[in-house]
Amino acid sequence: MRAPRDHYLQVVHYTPFHSRTAAANALNLWHRWRDYTVADAYFDVSLEYTALRNACAVFDLSPMTKHRITGADALPFLNRLVTRDVGKIRAGRVGYCVWCDDRGQVIDDGTLFHLGENDYRLCSQERQLDWLMTSALGFDVGIREETAEVAALALQGPTSCAVLRDLGLDGIATLAPFAMRSHQFHGTELVVSRTGFTGDLGYELWVAPSHAERLWDRLFEAGEVHGLKPMGTHALEMSRIEAGYIQAGVDFLPADRAIRTDRTRSPFELDLAWLVDFGKPNFTGRRALLEEQRRGSRYRLVRLDVEGNKPARDAYIYDEKRNVVGTVTCSMWSPMAKRSIALASLALPAGARDEGLWAEIYYQKELKWSRVNARCRVVKGGFFDPSRRRQVPAPER
Amino acid sequence: MTEAGRIVVVGAGHNGLACAAYLARAGREVLVIEASHQVGGMAVTRELVRGFRVPAVAHLLHLLDPALVGELGLEGHGFALARRALKTVALDEGGQHLVLDGERVERGAVSEADRSAYAAFAARMRRLAGVLARQHGRVPPRLAWSRWLDALPAAQLALDIRRLGREDMREFLRIVTMPIHDLLEESFAAPLLKGAIALDAVLGTRLGPRSGNTVLSYLHRLSGGPLSLARGGPGALSEALASAARAAGAEIRLSAPVASLLLKEGTVCGVRLESGEEIAAVTVVSNADPKTTFNRLLGARHLEAEFARRVHHLRAIGTAAKLNLALNGTPEFRGLETGELGERLLIAPDSHYVDDAFNGAKYRDCSRAPAVEITVPSVADPELAPAGKHVLSAIVQYAPSDLAGGWDARRDEFRDRVLELLELYAPGLRRQVVAAELLTPLDLERQFRASGGHWHHAELSLDQFMMLRPVPGAAQYATPVAGLYLCGAGCHPGGGVIGAAGRNAARVILEGAPA
Repeated sequence: MRAPRDHYLQVVHYTPFHSRTAAANALNLWHRWRDYTVADAYFDVSLEYTALRNACAVFDLSPMTKHRITGADALPFLNRLVTRDVGKIRAGRVGYCVWCDDRGQVIDDGTLFHLGENDYRLCSQERQLDWLMTSALGFDVGIREETAEVAALALQGPTSCAVLRDLGLDGIATLAPFAMRSHQFHGTELVVSRTGFTGDLGYELWVAPSHAERLWDRLFEAGEVHGLKPMGTHALEMSRIEAGYIQAGVDFLPADRAIRTDRTRSPFELDLAWLVDFGKPNFTGRRALLEEQRRGSRYRLVRLDVEGNKPARDAYIYDEKRNVVGTVTCSMWSPMAKRSIALASLALPAGARDEGLWAEIYYQKELKWSRVNARCRVVKGGFFDPSRRRQVPAPER
Repeated sequence: MTEAGRIVVVGAGHNGLACAAYLARAGREVLVIEASHQVGGMAVTRELVRGFRVPAVAHLLHLLDPALVGELGLEGHGFALARRALKTVALDEGGQHLVLDGERVERGAVSEADRSAYAAFAARMRRLAGVLARQHGRVPPRLAWSRWLDALPAAQLALDIRRLGREDMREFLRIVTMPIHDLLEESFAAPLLKGAIALDAVLGTRLGPRSGNTVLSYLHRLSGGPLSLARGGPGALSEALASAARAAGAEIRLSAPVASLLLKEGTVCGVRLESGEEIAAVTVVSNADPKTTFNRLLGARHLEAEFARRVHHLRAIGTAAKLNLALNGTPEFRGLETGELGERLLIAPDSHYVDDAFNGAKYRDCSRAPAVEITVPSVADPELAPAGKHVLSAIVQYAPSDLAGGWDARRDEFRDRVLELLELYAPGLRRQVVAAELLTPLDLERQFRASGGHWHHAELSLDQFMMLRPVPGAAQYATPVAGLYLCGAGCHPGGGVIGAAGRNAARVILEGAPA
């Protein structure tokens, strides 16, 4: 296997599941995710989404960038890197986190897996090796990108627990949200974490690439009676908007990619204040975030319930006086919520009020454009939040 | 104990002492903690061998901030000049030396054209350097500001440049980033003249005459007063500063190396000595260089990541070595006229020579034929050596701190090389040597705890200058770490015995400005 730094020598990469995802991809729709070839959709976006919300669906997560962080200073290093208190993430647990630059602007978000003593895996959508190495100055840590060394699948949806049980993972129902557990799988280790990006009951499976195809095959054997389907990024995108989750490059611009300093967002501006722990004496961005807390933020992120059935794609948000106060960052018609929903970034203080917000929506029917102004209602939390997501033991059917 | 709480100054270099004196005069409780058994840092006079006292590192006081002398009453604390306005003698191997006295060519084999060109050049450089001189006593502007008040210093700087007048301003902006070599080629023909100016532009830096922005480092060198020698050597200045600080109520502890800074919830709250003793403070001011301060005393982990990266990339690779000699007679430089031995002597016969000397330093080698700045301070200050005998103090370039093979293995070889070179100009010198000490950058790092053994604590170049010195985020003396300030040569206005960094830092601390 090539060293991660030599990844550029190979222009197009395939995930360890490619033989299976290619066979399943009836639409032959692909796109490039961090150089890897991944499916937009396999057979029908709506049906893949429907399988996810009513049975279960599997998503090839392998291109997710995985960084392994080890060494005596792993914990202090991570506590300096991210805004939350990593000390509270016990071994065998997973935590969602964001990390910022010195200006307190979000570089990326990701999930941090506490694998064992002084042993962590940080998963993020963007490559972060450079930033992690920079942040490692003065710490005794080993940092390695291991994206290609771990094959990963997301198995999500109401019957996902049943599928894993039938795969032979004993006691899987007792696995709590944000916990992980190691199982034996055909002579290798299969790590299962109860995590995901869909806002539903679901799991992520982590295995050596050598066992990737076998895992896919066994999952589909076990999943057949539970309605398991493969799902591409389009269906995943729908589910994450319904869950109210944000996405790098869509709902915020990673700070290290921004040229214009006012285009980035702080954790407060992304409704992630709960992730910022000022109890820690130092983390990158702390000073700036304290200052922001004192002076007030420039933006806020809101989840909007938009009147009517037209997705408010790229819409301006107006206040009652017809002043533009923000823009929509992502939107969709939500089949589960039966509403048009959107995430939007509103400027402050102009967009401070929840009342009187309107979206100006342009939409097209057979090449004819129309415009509608739709009233918006600010919603707290996700648009879709079933109780099974948190239930322990998880429902097994 | 005063109500505002104790301020600890780490390091009793001239800047640390100046800072302490100003803070104490403002009524603050100040404790200066110094690793060495004597004050002064690199501005220190040491006994080389019994009866011979020599400026250990720095030897000339041309940049000393006159405000310091007046405000702190240093003359009342024993500070005096042994010699003011030294001439510069650019040595010629054959004895056809060039003597520069201020803006005038006093003697030498140079054309009339060069003479008048030099007069005009020197006058203009003095005017341009005046812009930098006016910044010494100011806290540098911020690169980004949130209040209009913060923009004032930048406007002041712009105004200073504008007030040069159209011609000078245009010339300033044209040449400030240029290599000095190119400017010299434009201006003069005489190699000795070009060599002397080229050496002045690169002395103490890791730059050669063909390096960019060496006109800036030349202007920096000119941004003070005339070349002077303190009576008793530079150590006497440090003693006077210490005396002024003590008189104002500051306490100075010697032989007490600081091991680390103490932190409480992200705020610096004192220091821990290598002895284990802990000393509490509400404010710690570091006279140590920025890398030592942030990486060794504080620890990079207590900084935010981008700031830590900037400190990591701060360039501080010393290339200047110091040769100190005790001589049992009067050195006889070929062709030197009576009285000229007390002037500043340069071995830099040509700008190409200096650049050749620099070439090896880029590749971790020391110069085969080094460029040298020599003073014989015992001429003007006979007390430094026994009657009829002398001490010679020479700055030698280039001797990179990252020398291939290491200095411990090659120190003697380089010392002999320099002695051989001196012998060419002063035949018989080697036989006069009673004691010789070559301080390489490695020795400077060990003895004076300066990262990379760099005289200026950090390279003096445009990207580490003024509001970029040492790094953005700490260029106004306050650091991103609450309770921690810098006051050393790693800050504006930089290296050389100036003292303005200490004075400016004290003002910032008394104003209570955060970074």
